[in-house]
Amino acid sequence: MTLKDCKEGMSVKVEHIEDFALKERLMTMGIIPGAMVTVLRSAPLGDPIAVGVRSYNLAMRRDDAEKIEVTQVG
Amino acid sequence: MAEMTLHENMMSVALTGNPNTGKSTIFNEITGARQKIGNWPGVTVDKKEGHVTHEGRHIHIIDLPGTYSINARSPEEKIVIDFLMENKMDLVVDVIDSSNIERNLFLTVQLLEKGIPLLLDLNMQDEAVRRGIKIDVKKLEAALGFPVLLTTGRDGKSIKNLLNVVTSIAMDGYGPSERLQAHIAKVKEIEASGLTGSDLQEAIIKQRYAFIDSVLKETVEFTRPGATFSEKADKILANGVLALPMFLVILYAVFQIVFEWIGQPIADALDEFIGGTLTDTVSESLASLEVADWMQSLIVDGIIGGVGSVLTFVPLIFMLFFCLSFLDGTGYMARVAFIMDPIMRRAGLTGKGVLPLMMSFGCSVPSIMGARALDSEKDRKLAILAAPFLTCGAKLPIMALFAAMFFPDNAANIVFLMYIIGVVMAIVSTKFLSATKYKDETATFLLELPPYRMPDMKTVLLETWDKGKGYLVKAGTIIFAGCVLIWFLGAFNSSGMVEDQSESFLASIGAVVGTLFTFHGFGNWEAGASVISGILAKESVISTIGVLYGLPDISAEAEDAVETAEALGTTGMAAAFTGLSAFAFMVFSQLYTPCVTALGTIKKEANSWKMMFFAAGYMFAVAWIISLIVYQVGRLLGFE
Repeated sequence: MTLKDCKEGMSVKVEHIEDFALKERLMTMGIIPGAMVTVLRSAPLGDPIAVGVRSYNLAMRRDDAEKIEVTQVG
Repeated sequence: MAEMTLHENMMSVALTGNPNTGKSTIFNEITGARQKIGNWPGVTVDKKEGHVTHEGRHIHIIDLPGTYSINARSPEEKIVIDFLMENKMDLVVDVIDSSNIERNLFLTVQLLEKGIPLLLDLNMQDEAVRRGIKIDVKKLEAALGFPVLLTTGRDGKSIKNLLNVVTSIAMDGYGPSERLQAHIAKVKEIEASGLTGSDLQEAIIKQRYAFIDSVLKETVEFTRPGATFSEKADKILANGVLALPMFLVILYAVFQIVFEWIGQPIADALDEFIGGTLTDTVSESLASLEVADWMQSLIVDGIIGGVGSVLTFVPLIFMLFFCLSFLDGTGYMARVAFIMDPIMRRAGLTGKGVLPLMMSFGCSVPSIMGARALDSEKDRKLAILAAPFLTCGAKLPIMALFAAMFFPDNAANIVFLMYIIGVVMAIVSTKFLSATKYKDETATFLLELPPYRMPDMKTVLLETWDKGKGYLVKAGTIIFAGCVLIWFLGAFNSSGMVEDQSESFLASIGAVVGTLFTFHGFGNWEAGASVISGILAKESVISTIGVLYGLPDISAEAEDAVETAEALGTTGMAAAFTGLSAFAFMVFSQLYTPCVTALGTIKKEANSWKMMFFAAGYMFAVAWIISLIVYQVGRLLGFE
């Protein structure tokens, strides 16, 4: 499952991030394998999505979220 | 000896940290009006410096751009690391949002790895307390080996305390703890391990966060709070069906404040004073002093006119930046980017560009200046080059007049069509430029949604003041020079001053420019001359047309378009254009080279003459081609 497929309110653990342009920045922002992420909401038009990670909120596009592999924990 | 004491009393301090940590607020609280905002060379990033004297020590402070890391992937990140590596600072203060300490420490650790000694300023204590985050300062100092201080940002006691520490601290007493040294050794090990590319980056970043987590486990207590105010507010402002209408309401309010309620009325009053009272008084006194005619014209039409066209934009700029800076301070601008991204992305821009770009429907000058708030250099340049295509308040009278004169039955629809053409061209041009001129620069979207906060009014006012001042000083000189040049062209020819503008340099150049439009259906010198004077200011197109067709006193206001059209209908103008060529002229006026005020602002913002000339030439070319296509295709379709 990727972060793109997650429903609002889901808590997930990051497993792997595909190698792409934004990978380093995502990891710098705290999205690294093992990190816990909560899916908060989608923007009114469905994209981008907002997630909670390490006590702050981050918005990313769905296309980028697709590169992040996760497993559900709650 | 004197020099020696002077030197000892001076110290240089750099502020660094993530965005949204209150770093700029601290800088503004410390330096107040004693600051200077310039540009880092070659990029549209603010360089903020200031000074303060505290306890007899003179402190020079530089506020580095807020960044999440120093990987040197963006101009801001490159500026931070290059500056800190090349300049020996007496003290580097790392401003940290305590309520979000985990991610903030990433930059801290990266800087410490580079051997840059830091004073950690754990800011926004009040917010951290509300969110149930308790930090043990002594333990954190011991864990890293560097001094740690707590502040709440805009609170005067905090700032004083920070200054006390800054002036009294002896950084030589601090150095990396054993733990930090062990972490740095591990990073070196990873670098030497043979991993490459993104695997290497991943391993290092994981090591950094593992180090941060291990330190925080012993030094910070997290108690889970309930839903915060920001979470609740986002349920309305960034969620579901309500977010879009809420955004439109706020956008509408900003537009009204700038162009209806406060900004424009002041601008109009200023214009009336300069163009009326001041001009009349000066003309009369010059006439009574029997000053030479050319001198009178230079002072009244050239200089006062030029100063007027610079000054009348100031109220608009102040009001727009007050609103933008205020909204940015609340955290709402990040939500705007969030909700508008899907729409703006299709246009080749990012969500954050919505607000500045919308302002272009009033005036592109504040809009171009607003582009600075965008996240990447590519976004900023694209927004700057898109803004002038839109229909500003000064283009509207041209459209209204031509529509009333040549399309009396469909005037409103034709004007509306011009707005659409402007928007479509802004989008097409942005797509084109981002696929060609700027194709190597990437624009990505990854955006922190900071908690909602009450903006620091001192910061809002200082930013507003700085924008207004920057416009006056930097753009104002170019605009003024442009105005005087165009005045000269309109008032002289090779044998001296002329009574009649149709004998001036402007008319001769107009004739040459006119030939450029032979295949556009308006290849006459009158149209050529008004196109040139439109570069001075779009409102001049109408007044020039009036002068050239023998009606110098026509109104250039959009609401008077019908009467003006009737008056001009009796002149040679009615025969000079057909419906189709008038339409082609409108399309050209909508899209071509922006006025000198906008051009001067582009020069100031991009910090580049090249960019300014590119914008001028590029937009002229775009307008020329589109207008030609409109006329020729129109003819093929049988229009006249």
